[in-house]
Amino acid sequence: MTDLVSPPTTTSPGVGSAHGGADSGRARRIGNYAGLLPFHAYVLIFLVAPTLIVTLGAFSTSSGGFTLDNLDTLLTRQDFIDAFVASIELSVVTAIAGAVFGGLLAWAVLRGDPNGLFRQLVIAGAGVLAQFGGVMLAFAFFATVGPRGFVVQIIESATPISVDPLWLYSLTGLAVVYTYFQIPLMVIVFLPSLDGLRQEWYDASASLGGGAWAFWRYVGGPILAPSFLGALLLLFTNAFSAYATAAAIISQGCTLVTLQIACQMQSEVVLGQENVGKALALGMIVIVSVVMAIYALIQRRASRWAK
Amino acid sequence: MTTPQGPIGAAAAEGGALLARPPANSRKLRRPLGQRIARTLVLVIVLGYLIVPLYGMVEFSTRGDYGSRSLASYAAIFSYPDMITGITNSLEIAVLTVVGMLVLLVPTMVWTVVRVPRMRRVVEFLCLLPLAIPAIVLVVGIAPLYQWMGQHLGAVGASPLTLTLIDIILVLPYSYRAIDSSLRSIDTATLSDAARSLGASWPRTILQVIVPNIRGGILSASVLTIALVLGEYTISSLLSFNTLQVVIFLLGKRDPYVSVAVSFSALLFGFVLLFVISRFAPGAASRAGRAVEEPS
Repeated sequence: MTDLVSPPTTTSPGVGSAHGGADSGRARRIGNYAGLLPFHAYVLIFLVAPTLIVTLGAFSTSSGGFTLDNLDTLLTRQDFIDAFVASIELSVVTAIAGAVFGGLLAWAVLRGDPNGLFRQLVIAGAGVLAQFGGVMLAFAFFATVGPRGFVVQIIESATPISVDPLWLYSLTGLAVVYTYFQIPLMVIVFLPSLDGLRQEWYDASASLGGGAWAFWRYVGGPILAPSFLGALLLLFTNAFSAYATAAAIISQGCTLVTLQIACQMQSEVVLGQENVGKALALGMIVIVSVVMAIYALIQRRASRWAK
Repeated sequence: MTTPQGPIGAAAAEGGALLARPPANSRKLRRPLGQRIARTLVLVIVLGYLIVPLYGMVEFSTRGDYGSRSLASYAAIFSYPDMITGITNSLEIAVLTVVGMLVLLVPTMVWTVVRVPRMRRVVEFLCLLPLAIPAIVLVVGIAPLYQWMGQHLGAVGASPLTLTLIDIILVLPYSYRAIDSSLRSIDTATLSDAARSLGASWPRTILQVIVPNIRGGILSASVLTIALVLGEYTISSLLSFNTLQVVIFLLGKRDPYVSVAVSFSALLFGFVLLFVISRFAPGAASRAGRAVEEPS
């Protein structure tokens, strides 16, 4: 990630000298930073402040005093622990499934002409489907494998198997649905890395007598490994943060962390536990931040091979 | 030998043939075959998995009486006043979010590149931060603010259009990447220095010199924003605003056929938008798409 647009030209005195004056330097510098003020103010109010409210709230009693009770509740209540475990399980499984299938799809798509219709269709499709979480995706699966879905109707009319009408509401069902938006995300994230593999590397491998296996084992694999790992982490946080899809499928129940937070928000909260939801939210922030930090480290390594 | 060979192998079959390696000839014939089988298999299985639920939506939403096919569910969309409200709300929020995002982001990013390059990392960090703060967490922290707005700002504060404020935050990462890749592809600093030295004011420099040069990025940022706003459910449902997704969900309990019909239409709309972008702003959509995350 080299800075392409910050060569010395930007600090050229050309523009500044138009304003003239010896002491205009500092004033100009302050003016320069002031130009960023609206943006920073906006982000402060609508992003940083809410995050702080959550973080501070997690350590506050309902009257505003300091307490560790909320975190204590977080770590001792069985349904909270279960929710975290289920969320992590679901995210790990769907991240791996999404990465493997999405990676394969990216590879299969790559062969085509970069500006070809098929590839553009797949990329546009992946762009839409990666955002296609939530309610609409839930309905797609209801319409397909729900009790009245055509796949279930076909299975039940063609075979003696009867499909459990509730399977979609289980963790397995959720995993199948989640994988649906993980695959396209993987395609979007991983395709550029695959694209970065250069012809010369294959030729070099081949000229040394390496076959397909040798190329992927010693050249392609190691080069792509950081990108793949990074994508895996991105997919993990993607599933871990997802709320809408789960909420639309499991309309009652608080089996995942995100659902549990919503339950805390919507239910009449027990006196003294108003801020337990914030502790849950803080737990999510911590997990996502750690994963994203690792992702950033890996990304730095992965970009070493990028042009 | 049946190991999938990858794009390099594929390219070698075309470009590498010029090198004419006689012993490789026999292998070259087999290699593409194994590869082609593997590729077909992958495409059939993975694309199949992606397409079947889409077909399911079409099949489900076109069911008529006694096994016939009908478009009645699509015709019925506008007979639900709630649905019209939801669609209108979401479209209005989408437009406002695009405008707000552009007004907030474009001048800031240009300014950063031209005048305070050392702040670039900071702006980037802030723009990508929403990726690390799940929407559900954001809604917990922002709920008090919306409560206050609803109580003290009258009709304006209680309007669903206030969702624009928070949606702008949600779209920051995607918009930032789209616009950033455009800005990197031109020499922004030199362009604005040139414009400024010829006497153009800052607004004029941005609007008439920089903006026309980053059209592609602005276009894909806008499209991604629209797609995200039309699909937003987490925040609007928890703050009890009737947006498109909330209405689709609520209607689903009463008339799932219409809900599926609306979902499919919205999906098709998004697909057409993105496809058009990738056709007319080559590279822009896919580059911006790298940031795509959090599908809720």
